[in-house]
Amino acid sequence: MAAIPSRHKSLVLLAGVIVLQVVLLAVQIKRDSQGRLIRVWTVGAVSPFEKAGSSGFGWFRDIWRHYFALQSTTKDNEQLRRENDSLKMQLTQLQGKAAEADRLAALLKFRQSHADVPMIAARVIGASAGAASLTIQLDRGERDGIRRNMGVITPDGIVGKVVESYPNASQVLLLTDKDSGVGAMLSDSRIQSPVGGQGEPLLVMKYVPNDDNVNLGERVITSGMDRIFPRDLPVGSVADIKAGNPFKQIRVKPAANLERLEEVFVLLSLHPLDMKKEGTPADMAPSAAGNANPSPAVRR
Amino acid sequence: MNSAFDLRIGESHIEVHKFRSGAIIVATLLALVIQAWFPVHFAKAAILDLPLLVTIYFGLSRRNPSTGLLLGMAIGLFQDSLSGPTVPLGLYGIAKTIIGYLASSIGARLDTEHPAARFALTAGFFVAHQGLVVLTRRILLSQPEPWFTMHLVVAALVNAVVAVFLFLLLDRLRRRS
Repeated sequence: MAAIPSRHKSLVLLAGVIVLQVVLLAVQIKRDSQGRLIRVWTVGAVSPFEKAGSSGFGWFRDIWRHYFALQSTTKDNEQLRRENDSLKMQLTQLQGKAAEADRLAALLKFRQSHADVPMIAARVIGASAGAASLTIQLDRGERDGIRRNMGVITPDGIVGKVVESYPNASQVLLLTDKDSGVGAMLSDSRIQSPVGGQGEPLLVMKYVPNDDNVNLGERVITSGMDRIFPRDLPVGSVADIKAGNPFKQIRVKPAANLERLEEVFVLLSLHPLDMKKEGTPADMAPSAAGNANPSPAVRR
Repeated sequence: MNSAFDLRIGESHIEVHKFRSGAIIVATLLALVIQAWFPVHFAKAAILDLPLLVTIYFGLSRRNPSTGLLLGMAIGLFQDSLSGPTVPLGLYGIAKTIIGYLASSIGARLDTEHPAARFALTAGFFVAHQGLVVLTRRILLSQPEPWFTMHLVVAALVNAVVAVFLFLLLDRLRRRS
């Protein structure tokens, strides 16, 4: 047998090793075997090192995450805080829009239930410039048919009357202003008496004799006698009763939330109006919150 | 495997490097372990073929085709074993055997200490290795595999870059003459 030249030994070895592995491959394919034994040995030999590596890596990663990566955490925290603030702002805006939609829906319902009464919806765009008077400014004026002394209402109750009308805006004197007044009556006893403002949140019902029986929480409605507001619109509810001389001192909580007005109706008539009666006064449950209960028209 | 030996290639003055005791075994084992473990935590690390880089490095450094091909075979078979049952034993074994032989043969003829040479050789060997794997799959296993993909180019370049630094690290395992 001829000797293999030394420079060819490696080539022969290469060929032998390749052939061996090809045979190994062929055997695996032929027997559908996967060389399980070799794999078990190899994995068994390597896996302890892998476990050690994983443990070491886990330890290093924990150290890194808990100590060295805190700068990133701070940055993430700031970003999340900014996102949170932004989301809060969006939420507030959405809540505001939802509340506005509810109010507008109530206004629409009220308007539809009084379709025969000429009225126009207006948005409150301003308030009193000073504490001397309690007025609001509406975004509609003469061009929309608004004139002085027209009544202003909400579905909850009356608001006041127009004291000035400009081409595109108008001013409304709120019921709570000390110069304001409305013809009213108690819903149960039907005792009539004007209700006026005092420059504070509660109204005053004047001229109710001490002998007349008045209940706390009794609803006060418009009498129509002032020729501005039609009858039976909610004015408020009796919040406090004191004996006076010669008349009772009755304080009334306004039915409309006069401190948070956003949309109102202006009654477009200077003639006495007759609002449809949507329910008997008995249906009008007394309201401690004043404006918490919808008007009879809205209730429908 | 890491015992010193002399390469007698006549007039050539290319140095044959010897390594510290156990260095080749430890480096090989580490490469296999890291290759099997690293992509678990860093998925993109799967682009690396550390066992191939170790095969190339020791092939180029030892400059003995016989030891180079045997080392390549061992590493390849280990890699096959660790790659799961879908990879038949011998797939990487054959490819790395040939790469180990080629690296040793080229290392015996060229100076492969310069980083640029290492970069180019590693990129070339990587492509050749993948070519051998595809060839084995297509011919012996009847598994259709594309010859060329962009991923191959990127992987070759990434591995070549890593090899430049890894080889510098492995140079420290050399025994001082």
